[in-house]
Amino acid sequence: MLNIKKLHKSYPIGDSSLHVLKGIDLSVDSGEMVAIMGSSGSGKSTLLNIIGMLDEADEGEYILDGVPIKNLTEKKAAIYRNKFLGFIFQSFNLINYKNALDNVALPLYYQGMKRQERQELALFHLGKVGLEPWAHHLPNELSGGQKQRVAIARALAANPKLLLADEPTGALDTKTSYEIMEFIQQLNDEGKTILIVTHEEDIAQMCKRIVRLKDGLIMEDEKVEQVRASQYV
Amino acid sequence: MIKFLFERDTWQEVWDSLSKNKLRSMLTMVGVWWGILLLIGLLGSARGLENSFNRLFGSFATNSVFVWGQNTSKPFKGFQEGKRVQLKLSDAKIVEENVEGIEFVVPRNQNQGLVVRNFLSGTFSINGDFPLLDKVQKKKLIHGRFINQNDIDNNKKVAVISEDIYKQLFEKDEEMIGQLVQINSMNFTVIGMFENGNVNMGPTSDIHIPFTTFQQIYNQGNQIGWMMITGKPEYDISQIEADSKLILKNLNHVHPEDNRAFGSFNLGKEFAKITGFLIGMQFLTWFVGIATLIAGVFAIGNILLITVKERTKEIGVRRALGATPFEIKRQIVVEAVFITLLAGFFGIITGGWILIGIDSAFGQGDEAVIVNASVSITVVFVALIILVILGTLIGLIPAFKATSIKPIDALREE
Repeated sequence: MLNIKKLHKSYPIGDSSLHVLKGIDLSVDSGEMVAIMGSSGSGKSTLLNIIGMLDEADEGEYILDGVPIKNLTEKKAAIYRNKFLGFIFQSFNLINYKNALDNVALPLYYQGMKRQERQELALFHLGKVGLEPWAHHLPNELSGGQKQRVAIARALAANPKLLLADEPTGALDTKTSYEIMEFIQQLNDEGKTILIVTHEEDIAQMCKRIVRLKDGLIMEDEKVEQVRASQYV
Repeated sequence: MIKFLFERDTWQEVWDSLSKNKLRSMLTMVGVWWGILLLIGLLGSARGLENSFNRLFGSFATNSVFVWGQNTSKPFKGFQEGKRVQLKLSDAKIVEENVEGIEFVVPRNQNQGLVVRNFLSGTFSINGDFPLLDKVQKKKLIHGRFINQNDIDNNKKVAVISEDIYKQLFEKDEEMIGQLVQINSMNFTVIGMFENGNVNMGPTSDIHIPFTTFQQIYNQGNQIGWMMITGKPEYDISQIEADSKLILKNLNHVHPEDNRAFGSFNLGKEFAKITGFLIGMQFLTWFVGIATLIAGVFAIGNILLITVKERTKEIGVRRALGATPFEIKRQIVVEAVFITLLAGFFGIITGGWILIGIDSAFGQGDEAVIVNASVSITVVFVALIILVILGTLIGLIPAFKATSIKPIDALREE
């Protein structure tokens, strides 16, 4: 599904440059649920951004679902993002003047899907996260957990191959976090490949595999016994 | 490419982002609205002024010059200086036959005279005229007719009077055609009444009688007071004036360089001054209007730039969700054009209201300074096309700004 070899990335800071990723090798199979852990500055977000084609590596190889991701134009990157990837952000990143339904429908809009079709599909995905009654509410009328569920529905709308979550529970309380994780686990059970960046150990333990980063290198890569979030809810 | 303009989603997006911040959208529009309002208001007023001038001069052949005799200022061919120059009927004929570009030469005579009717009387200017006068100085006849050739041939004692005289010598609503008035103690039959013009070019004219009758009652012989020379539209009236004067000098034994022997009033020149003034004013109007419009459009560009800055994160999210840079740019340009056009429409409508206001305040009645203040549909379309072009150009600035930032940085923006 995802294959990364000897990935390097550095950011220029003034005259010098900060070497953030110093040769990452990572391979993720279809259906996996991987937590990427590390303290701040370890490069975990950078890695996720590169996987998400929001950023480009300086060196190394990145193959997503058999497609080499290299020297992408902005346009091509946008199309790949739309086709392959679903994003879940820490701060939800919903568009605040669009209602839940329109937010979910947005990736479909950029796919060029017809309005009617798009609305139906978006409503279906909202239903999957249990927010069908809230379809016509604006984000600021929803709770944090509900917002994140709208965001998940949006990430799922375009039926992506890979779900990327950047601290998905970072802005939520523990109870809501577990509800969201339970939902993400369900998605994984249905076969979605999921990558979660987190610095919370309990969230990481709810994945099937933990990759620990430190100073731009993978320190540890282990399969874990998945803790089901449902037992806390 | 064009198809997206007809999709509901495009406009939904535009509407969403504009209605999201109504105050800002409205403030943005004020600049362009003001510009268009000024353009329409000024152009309409300028047109109104032009119309009023045209109405004033409309009854006049504007390409014309009056020439009359004065006293010579140089001795010539044995004549002392200070000789009185008297134009004759034959002079008019010779001028008409010999000067290039002349359309009509109308010889005229005038005298002050007492006009009496029953117990009412007044002193008015009496004009001896040919029917041709009606060609160069259109008389708006309310009743009856103007002098015709038959009147001239038979030295008829008929008079065409002005509305003013009618008011002074007749009772209200009294029938005047066929009535008698005494001019110079002789009875004249009234055959017509004309409306007083708004502008009297040359001497005032109250009563017109046949030229031949005038010759007879005032014992004028072949003398004429002055002649009105009208040039064909394609000829320069100043040249005609100079040529005519030269011939007249020759005929009347006047030194060729004697500039005082003939007086003249060149209506064409005066008219050209006013026309030039009107053209200048229209140019100024366009200049001011377009300049204001550009300033307004820049204000839109400016605010859109701020909007784009505010929406950096949203744009980042959209791009993460698969919006291509082109789609982002397109959306912003459409917003810019839409808001410019919307403001333009409001400007045109309110500009129209202002013109209606001007019309009802200054445009009523015969003395109106501004007549039918209006702008043509062409002007409106030109203004709208200019708006679309300017809106597109100005929209490109924030559009490129929006996509110049990488989505990753845009998403980090708080």
